[in-house]
Amino acid sequence: MSEPLLQVTDLVKHFPIKRGILIDREVDQVRAVDGISFSIEPGQTLGLVGESGSGKSTACRAVLQLIKPSSGSVRFEGQEIAGCSRRQMRPLRREMQMIFQDPYASLNPRKRVGQIVGDPLKRQRVASGGELRKRVQELLERVGLASEHYNRFPHEFSGGQRQRIGIARALALRPKLVIADEPVSALDVSIQAQIINLLDDLQDEFGLTYLFVAHDIGVVRHIADRIAVMNKGEIVEEGEADQVCENPRHDYTKKLLSAVPVPDPREARERAAKS
Amino acid sequence: MTATPILAVDDLRVGFATEGGLLQAVDGVRFRLQPGEVLAIVGESGSGKSVTAQTIMGLTRSKNARIEGSVRFEGEELVEASDATLRRLRGDRIAMVFQDPMTSFNPVQRIGRQIAEAMEAHRGDLAKGEARARAIELFEAVGIPEAERRVDDYPHEFSGGMRQRAMIAMALALEPEVLIADEPTTALDVTIQAQILRLLEDLNRERGLATILITHDLGVVAEVADRVLVMYAGKVVEQGTLEEIFYDPQHPYTWGLLGSLTRLDRPRPKRLPQISGAPPSLLDLPQGCAFRPRCPHEFDKCPQVPGLEGRLAEAAEHRYRCWLTPAEKRAKRQVAGQIGLEAPAP
Amino acid sequence: MLRFIVRRLAGMVIVLFAVSILVFLVFNVIPNSNPAERLAGKNATPVLVKSIEEEWGFDKSLPEQYVTMMKKVFNGELTSYSPRIPVDERIAEGIPATLSLSIGAGIIWLFFGLLLGYIAAVRAGGPLDKFLTGLSIAGISIPVFLIAPVLIYFLTYKLEIFPSGGYVPFSEEPWEWFTHLILPWVTVAILSIGFYSRVLRSSMLDVMNEDYVRTARAKGLSERQVMTRHVLRNSLIPIVTLFGLDFGATVAGTAIITESFFNIEGVGLYAAESISKLELPPIMGVTLYGAFFVVFVNALVDIAYAYLDPRVRLGTAAR
Repeated sequence: MSEPLLQVTDLVKHFPIKRGILIDREVDQVRAVDGISFSIEPGQTLGLVGESGSGKSTACRAVLQLIKPSSGSVRFEGQEIAGCSRRQMRPLRREMQMIFQDPYASLNPRKRVGQIVGDPLKRQRVASGGELRKRVQELLERVGLASEHYNRFPHEFSGGQRQRIGIARALALRPKLVIADEPVSALDVSIQAQIINLLDDLQDEFGLTYLFVAHDIGVVRHIADRIAVMNKGEIVEEGEADQVCENPRHDYTKKLLSAVPVPDPREARERAAKS
Repeated sequence: MTATPILAVDDLRVGFATEGGLLQAVDGVRFRLQPGEVLAIVGESGSGKSVTAQTIMGLTRSKNARIEGSVRFEGEELVEASDATLRRLRGDRIAMVFQDPMTSFNPVQRIGRQIAEAMEAHRGDLAKGEARARAIELFEAVGIPEAERRVDDYPHEFSGGMRQRAMIAMALALEPEVLIADEPTTALDVTIQAQILRLLEDLNRERGLATILITHDLGVVAEVADRVLVMYAGKVVEQGTLEEIFYDPQHPYTWGLLGSLTRLDRPRPKRLPQISGAPPSLLDLPQGCAFRPRCPHEFDKCPQVPGLEGRLAEAAEHRYRCWLTPAEKRAKRQVAGQIGLEAPAP
Repeated sequence: MLRFIVRRLAGMVIVLFAVSILVFLVFNVIPNSNPAERLAGKNATPVLVKSIEEEWGFDKSLPEQYVTMMKKVFNGELTSYSPRIPVDERIAEGIPATLSLSIGAGIIWLFFGLLLGYIAAVRAGGPLDKFLTGLSIAGISIPVFLIAPVLIYFLTYKLEIFPSGGYVPFSEEPWEWFTHLILPWVTVAILSIGFYSRVLRSSMLDVMNEDYVRTARAKGLSERQVMTRHVLRNSLIPIVTLFGLDFGATVAGTAIITESFFNIEGVGLYAAESISKLELPPIMGVTLYGAFFVVFVNALVDIAYAYLDPRVRLGTAAR
């Protein structure tokens, strides 16, 4: 019985709301993440679905200890990491990486692509000099770019290409866990398919485990083995991807499913006539 | 089409002089918009769809822009029209909703004030409280709760979906005849997107508001549009009714767009059908059909630019830019049981 | 908004407290010298030094010395040693002149700086813009101590259009007050006109590319309405902050040089005299006065900024 790669239990993150003219008093809390639990087996993909404000992005950051959880447990490969200091997390950062949503904001515009992808390798002292360059160029090609792109700047690329750069950066250290926070939401629908296929291929090739976060349950269905639906800081439904999509039990899940546009004019009309 | 169109665009060309040469963003676009109709213009980033829409209102005029062709609104020619003429029409007869409602509102002015400004620009005789009262009415019409209070809020105090509703309210203030919605749902969550689309549909139905909906997502089009224009690299590559586009698409690009949509009603495919590659740089277009590098069905006629023609006997207005014969198309567009595009041969 | 104002003013008090401690440390605690000797100034006698030591309590502990100094400041007991004049009286006498100089110059530089900046932005890239840019850079580059003598030489000595110096209170002779201040005003304003026109130009060019300007056009507003109501209004916000900083710096700093050149008896001239005589009590007094002014104006500017840009106000969030 293998151990899950990531096990999250009762994770909570509250942000205080302060009021007062001169002195701050905490009057209430924003319960961004209000006690969620899930686990991901190695090599699997968990899709975390919810609207803006559901707490899914906060949950990602709390799992990676980029923000300190208010309470709860996060076990990575059996090791408890919730509440770890930055120094304690440092060696673990090689094993867990993140892909961000906005391909225009998540890449430093002043750095060249080779630098952006190679920096993690440099900082974690994995490679340097010519060896570093070779590895970065291989990575660039693996994500569908050309090795000549090494010297270019982010603004010379389209949104889909920038997202590929972000993926290359995340994979540079050969992590075990990759958290993708809405990686395709900012892209054209036709490019979304390319990136999802790429992520799928890379998962097989590199043996990656994904936590895939999105607001569109249709997109998540393609890549996820299991789906967890998040609303107002809580997970309201969880199960196998096909099960959740075909037999949703919670009302909120049904709401998310009905929001996915139906690309079929006759069916769309029928659906509209019914509601 | 026997009715007189409210908007008639003919051979519209928009080019921008850049350091790398003349960038032809729009290259010979032609369409008609009928009163009360919803026309969807679909394409990826760089296809020229936004530039087309903004040019209709004259918003692309600048020192380095070359605009040719004809845009006729209720018979009045707009391409060469004076700034004063365009200003008269903007907001009052033709209104526009933009993609990002956060940056499209002035961050330091109350939203009610910005809506009132739109009204005051065209109706000099408005009584003092009238503009504000009308803004509250509009908020209610687009479904913003607590309208009376929220009219005095600043843009950053609204959520994304509410902001977009406010933007639509502002566009409706003067009861225009044409609404141009430029990617109105792209920056929104899928659940909010559904609400906004429903709102646009209701407005179209209740007010007979002719709408041009610009998007990169064919999926949103199926619920709202009457006719569809598909654009690629500045040209229209297919146009027809909603049913024609979805059930009998005649251009490989359209097949690719349809294939890459997520469908909850079908079992998930092993690999999502995709369109490989990326849209071409407008400064470096392939010879002939611009879609060639990404098209798995390219053959020896493709280096010649195909004309926009309709050769289907049963649908004369269904036009497309592709050399393949209708019979060949019907055969080639089926990939794993549904319409899509196979990956191009290596 | 109230919350913001109260906090900002409270912050101001704390900053002033910190400034007073810094002044204290600088003047009284510099190692390797006897503070009493320094306080006594150039014309010190041993008797004077001894009496200062007792008066100021330099044999006591540091916190006690600080309290002693603060008591002297607030009770108006700070006096210079030669001549024996209470510092706070002299400062109070000089304030009208300094404020006349600073406020007048401020109005002039704001008006012309913004006007030139607006024109340059609206005609960006054209020959007028390039000309104004050159003019601005010239203005920024010429130091006060060069402009002042040049103006004095040509316009008061050679051409005798303006009086060569001195200050006439407004209450005595309004016209004389005015003519005596024109050259000093120009001297102080030239640098800032250049600077402000550059800042407004660049701020406007940024704002002109914003999406909401496009929305304003799409609503059918005229170019002029778009420029004033949306572009200019939003471009002015950074100028407000800048003006606060600059105005404070002018009152507390630039005034010193300008008043010296034009022989205007304001606080700046007093500061210059005290510095050359190395009289510490007046220098301390002027420093504290200057610090108060700068901190106060900055607090006002922050409050004005929060009023102009609602996003900055604390405690409001998207619902």
